[in-house]
Amino acid sequence: MDNIAGRKPALGWAVNISVILIVLLWIFPTVGLLVSSFRTADQISSSGWWKAFFPTEQTEQFRTADPDGRVQDGDVFVVEGVIFENAEANIASWGTSSRDVSAYAPGETADLGDGETLTLNEDGTYRWTGNDEQISGRGQRFFVTATQPPEFTLRNYDNMLFGGSSDNISKAFFNTLTVTIPATIIPILFAAFAAYALAWMDFPGRALLIAFIVALLVVPLQLALIPLLKLHLSIGIGKGYLGVWLAHTGFGLPLAVYLLRNYMAGLPRDIIENARVDGATDFQIFIKIILPLSFPALASFAIFQFLWTWNDLLVAIVFLVDSSGDTTVMTRHIVELLGTRGGNWEILATAAFVSMAVPLLVFFFMQRYLVRGLLAGSVK
Amino acid sequence: MGRITLDKVTKAFGEVEVIPPLDLTIDDGEFVVFVGPSGCGKSTLLRLIAGLEDVSSGEIRIDKQPATHLPPAKRGLAMVFQSYALYPHMSVRKNIAFPMKMAGIPEAEQNRKIEDAARVLNLTDYLDRRPGQLSGGQRQRVAIGRAIVREPAAFLFDEPLSNLDAALRVGMRLEISELHERLKTTMIYVTHDQVEAMTMADKIVVLQKGVIEQVGSPLELYNAPRNIFVAGFIGSPKMNLIEGAEAAKHDAHTIGIRPEHLAASKDAGEWKGTVTVSEHLGSDTYLHVTETGLADTMTVRVGGEFGVKHGDTVFLTPDATKIHRFDAQGLRIG
Repeated sequence: MDNIAGRKPALGWAVNISVILIVLLWIFPTVGLLVSSFRTADQISSSGWWKAFFPTEQTEQFRTADPDGRVQDGDVFVVEGVIFENAEANIASWGTSSRDVSAYAPGETADLGDGETLTLNEDGTYRWTGNDEQISGRGQRFFVTATQPPEFTLRNYDNMLFGGSSDNISKAFFNTLTVTIPATIIPILFAAFAAYALAWMDFPGRALLIAFIVALLVVPLQLALIPLLKLHLSIGIGKGYLGVWLAHTGFGLPLAVYLLRNYMAGLPRDIIENARVDGATDFQIFIKIILPLSFPALASFAIFQFLWTWNDLLVAIVFLVDSSGDTTVMTRHIVELLGTRGGNWEILATAAFVSMAVPLLVFFFMQRYLVRGLLAGSVK
Repeated sequence: MGRITLDKVTKAFGEVEVIPPLDLTIDDGEFVVFVGPSGCGKSTLLRLIAGLEDVSSGEIRIDKQPATHLPPAKRGLAMVFQSYALYPHMSVRKNIAFPMKMAGIPEAEQNRKIEDAARVLNLTDYLDRRPGQLSGGQRQRVAIGRAIVREPAAFLFDEPLSNLDAALRVGMRLEISELHERLKTTMIYVTHDQVEAMTMADKIVVLQKGVIEQVGSPLELYNAPRNIFVAGFIGSPKMNLIEGAEAAKHDAHTIGIRPEHLAASKDAGEWKGTVTVSEHLGSDTYLHVTETGLADTMTVRVGGEFGVKHGDTVFLTPDATKIHRFDAQGLRIG
């Protein structure tokens, strides 16, 4: 009696907390990847992405300009210059010794002994003075602690999508689309017809056929890779888009048929019988009644199939990618980047986010078709 | 024309024979109601006529043409389902147009028929809505509209009102009767509600376990039920059935007397009993009387108000001319 519909479940708070945890678990790495993809390699190595939105305090080592460019001013020699190109950095403090990097405030003058001085102003200009002997050799070393404003760049995306280097993923991106879109549409076309027949048409052996399709659900696809590739090669399809479309279609069909058949079998019998009395043929019933009403099931399968084929590496490597590299896909390209550019996180983060963005868009676009209440008003 | 003949029609699901050989003729323009308790085969019979189920043997003729193996669409019949079976993704207009579109009727004629049907059924303002935005009665009217535009030889109604609330049901009952008056088309109507059967039918077919118990006009069935089953099924409240000595007095195994043919009195009468429940409807009072020594409970209908309460003693007197007599097989005598 506790589970009467409409009653608040006793563990409601547990459900809520779990949902929040799952959402955080999902959002955290995604946002991290997104933020990292807009940062430079230096920023990524100096601070975590979660600090990217706040001004950072960085201590950097500088040297004054070479004493060769010194100017004589009376009996002292002077070297002047500026340490920052951009004036946005705020100098918090500075120092001349590595043991005390924040000994002076900006504008103060450091006494380096025997009349040698160094002054660093707030705007980043400095003035180094001393006698002939002191202003010689290399420039004076000093340390500046400055707060940098948050800074983001589109350069990574520019490089990855439009750059001329071998890192460019735009080709792999379009290759992946070429694989994914037909590999999503073809199985839906086949499966919808099959599902209608299995749900609503009477023919001998129907139950057996359904059982067989359900049995196919549990066949691991790795088992079929080699025989299928041999078949493709022997009938002349070879490695290529056609082969990978067929492979994805084949591996996706059992689930598609099963999912759609179950959904269609749940549609009210009266509607279909009424259409039959109204004079519709099986094909017309399928096109005009079943297909529009099955939209939620079609959409959910389309989302699944799209995600699988988009994220697939194994099937693509076996059936598509050859040594020419012309048909490489995103997943394959990212694997290669991991090998060649393992340290360049900004490149990896950008590539990863480009490859994630499409499934996210597809999901948010399609989920509005996963509507409830499509049958409202049909029966009762 | 819509004359439908069933000739030795049977239906079996596997081993189970749902309808033993059955003959029935429905004349053109008749309003025929199939009535019976749940599981009596009345819906199956309707689906056989519609062509949604195949007959196991026998023949169905529509307008003297053999129709036994015709697909549903070719029989020229229109069916209205209990659940309305509207197409939820289409507007009312498209729902009504669907059968015409399937038949390839020109669009101008489609529109004319849709407008006509909408006017008849008061749906003109709702033509562009989806079924989900309509009330139950409106949905039922859309389902009927979809049937009308096909100009069928006969309408088949499968318990069309059982999903509506009581008030709406009475209204729709009248509308369907009016529709029949106007269209003069054969209508076959399945229901388990004997009030609907009595009020709407030209001819009632009482079914039990796939067997036709009696065919006749509502008043024939009321006045001269052929057997105990029909006697008990037609009429509300149910007929009182009395066996034993009292029945023997009338040379019968069982006698039946309708509640409205019993007179009640607080002082004197033929049979004495105790009131268990009295239901006051204002216009009538129904008394449930026990301890009469005749049957478990006798139901009596008294016109107007009758002031008795639980435990009171009443005396009942039957109208001798309205007593129905049945033999040991349950068949009517005389």
